[in-house]
Amino acid sequence: MSAINFPNENRIITKHLEKPDTHLIGHYESVDGYVAAKRVLNEMSGDGVVDEVKKSNLRGRGGAGFPTGMKWSFMPKDPKDAKGNPKPKYLVCNADEGEPGTFKDSLIMNRFPHMLIEGMIIAGHAIGSEVGYIYVRGEYVKEIISVEKAIDEARAKGYLGKDIFGIKGKNFDIFLYRGAGAYICGEETALLNSLEGKRGEPRLKPPFPAQVGAFGMPSCVNNVETFASVPFIIREGAAKFAAMGTEKAGGTRLFCVSGHVERPGVYELPINVNLLDLIEHCGGVRGGRALKAVIPGGASAPMLTASECNVAMDFDSLAKAGTMAGSGGVIVMDETVCIVEAASILLKFYEHESCGQCSQCREGSHWLARMFHRIENGGGTSADLDFISEICGNMAGQTICAFADAVTGPALSSIKKFRHEFEEHIRLGRCPHKHVLVAQQVEA
Amino acid sequence: MALSDQIKNKMEAIRYQFPTEQALLIPLLHAIQKERGWISKEAMVESAEFLHLPLAKVQEVVTFYTMFNQEPVGKVHLQLCTNISCWLNGSEKLLHCLEKRLNVGCGETTKDGNYTLSEVECLCACGTAPVLQVNDEYYENLSEVKLTQLMDELDAKLKTSEGNVIGKYVDSYPRGPKA
Ligand SMILES: Cc1cc2nc3c(=O)[nH]c(=O)nc-3n(C[C@H](O)[C@H](O)[C@H](O)COP(=O)(O)O)c2cc1C
Ligand code: FES
Repeated sequence: MSAINFPNENRIITKHLEKPDTHLIGHYESVDGYVAAKRVLNEMSGDGVVDEVKKSNLRGRGGAGFPTGMKWSFMPKDPKDAKGNPKPKYLVCNADEGEPGTFKDSLIMNRFPHMLIEGMIIAGHAIGSEVGYIYVRGEYVKEIISVEKAIDEARAKGYLGKDIFGIKGKNFDIFLYRGAGAYICGEETALLNSLEGKRGEPRLKPPFPAQVGAFGMPSCVNNVETFASVPFIIREGAAKFAAMGTEKAGGTRLFCVSGHVERPGVYELPINVNLLDLIEHCGGVRGGRALKAVIPGGASAPMLTASECNVAMDFDSLAKAGTMAGSGGVIVMDETVCIVEAASILLKFYEHESCGQCSQCREGSHWLARMFHRIENGGGTSADLDFISEICGNMAGQTICAFADAVTGPALSSIKKFRHEFEEHIRLGRCPHKHVLVAQQVEA
Repeated sequence: MALSDQIKNKMEAIRYQFPTEQALLIPLLHAIQKERGWISKEAMVESAEFLHLPLAKVQEVVTFYTMFNQEPVGKVHLQLCTNISCWLNGSEKLLHCLEKRLNVGCGETTKDGNYTLSEVECLCACGTAPVLQVNDEYYENLSEVKLTQLMDELDAKLKTSEGNVIGKYVDSYPRGPKA
């Protein structure tokens, strides 16, 4: 373990976090805001921007870590409909932040909305789109108001709308769309259906959104943090961004640390920071207790045991460790936690959020939630554990979207790594922790 | 009840933002719920007529999204997050606290119509867990003591006209471009 050597002034997105009024266009422009957008629109071709983003090794911050420059390059150049008329292309920002343990997009929208807008203007130029949508989760009312105000400010300055930045014929505007409470709408094709005023059910791929996206038109979907990283790449150069991370993933990440640490919150650090160092950076495990387990990339990421936590947080290192960097949500659990109950809570979440389209997922998440609940409450049998693996085997990779895979993350990892706790529940016919908790309360 | 002029004007103001009329459905339902507190059968019929959609298209959307209330809720909708990070920080105790104080279970409304209590999934404010959403507003870093204080304050406000604006943002979605 070692202290993290990353000075605050090296931060890409949250460099000015400690200052007031970072959400206002005046502040943003006083710290080089919109410089990159102006340069891009005046001096660079769309392909030039895509190349620069490719060189930066920026990978999507929404969960899958897909290379952003490559995604942009998939967008067709001059799409035409059957009659030969040009088709519009849409740029879509995924601000449906819903992965349990994740709360960074909220910070960007509340404190740095112009960075998101500037990133979208640049991306719009790169892919040749004149309309951007920001799909914000319905509960984020404060964030919605913040982003709407920023859009107003940018329009008033001529940075959004028609002839932006005074360039004749250059149009780009952004509209905000409010979701209505469905985790699955974070999945990009479900989001597109929702944006069209439909149920948020994921679509079969192919066709991919770059071919058939929002309103049937070629579309590009990126996460809030992905867009917010773009102005820096243009302004300071792809090389500088790339140099901050690993060979395959550049830049910083906004790590969302919650659970049992002294100082939970959002921390912007190099993308490959060591997990134990990150926990130390947050003041360590709360109350000086021992670490038990960490979920390193949002609820869907398989758990790590304390002894597996000496690992770098970038996409590839975590994949090698059998889990995933996902959304950057780091959930820390100390020695007092009952893993069976924790897993049971996560599975209840998935049961609630399955969209119900695919039977494997609809039935599977329901059965898993019931079985974990039953084991936690003392009614489980040893046959249950094997049955759970079997159900998971029928879910992962068998459905329209990756939700079913996500469900198996906590289900399989908890049993594999903490099997003794499950067996103890089954043997005792109750949760051993519930007893401890009561005893502690009596003492206190 | 017919759709109010205010709602219709809001919809006309944002119509230009989308290539299809159906895309206005979710903004419209938000606007109706803001005005009436919930989405009734009648509201669905009105929405379908207004947007020239089959009623089924409206019904399937209303029932898909958890934020649309299909029954009236109390003046104050308390939505407590009980997902992982909030649970790690004691949301279970807060839930018992609320159930006892209000004498209702999750999904129920108090007899006086003041409060509806719901258990919800992650509100994505896990860094300041546990979190309670009071109408539109988040209350974070709660403890039993803070929750009791908050509830006392809400009780007091509900006895005055302030009770009608608890946790409601004025300048909220959907709205068109600034005039
Ligand atoms: C079940 C599920 C939930 C998801 N939730 C989100 C989310 O809340 N926010 C997000 O940006 N991406 C989410 N994603 C990933 C998106 O599908 C998509 O990969 C992402 O928005 C692409 O942006 P990026 O390339 O910038 O990461 C989710 C994926 C799945 C399968
Ligand atoms: S777990 Fe409660 S806000 Fe995320």
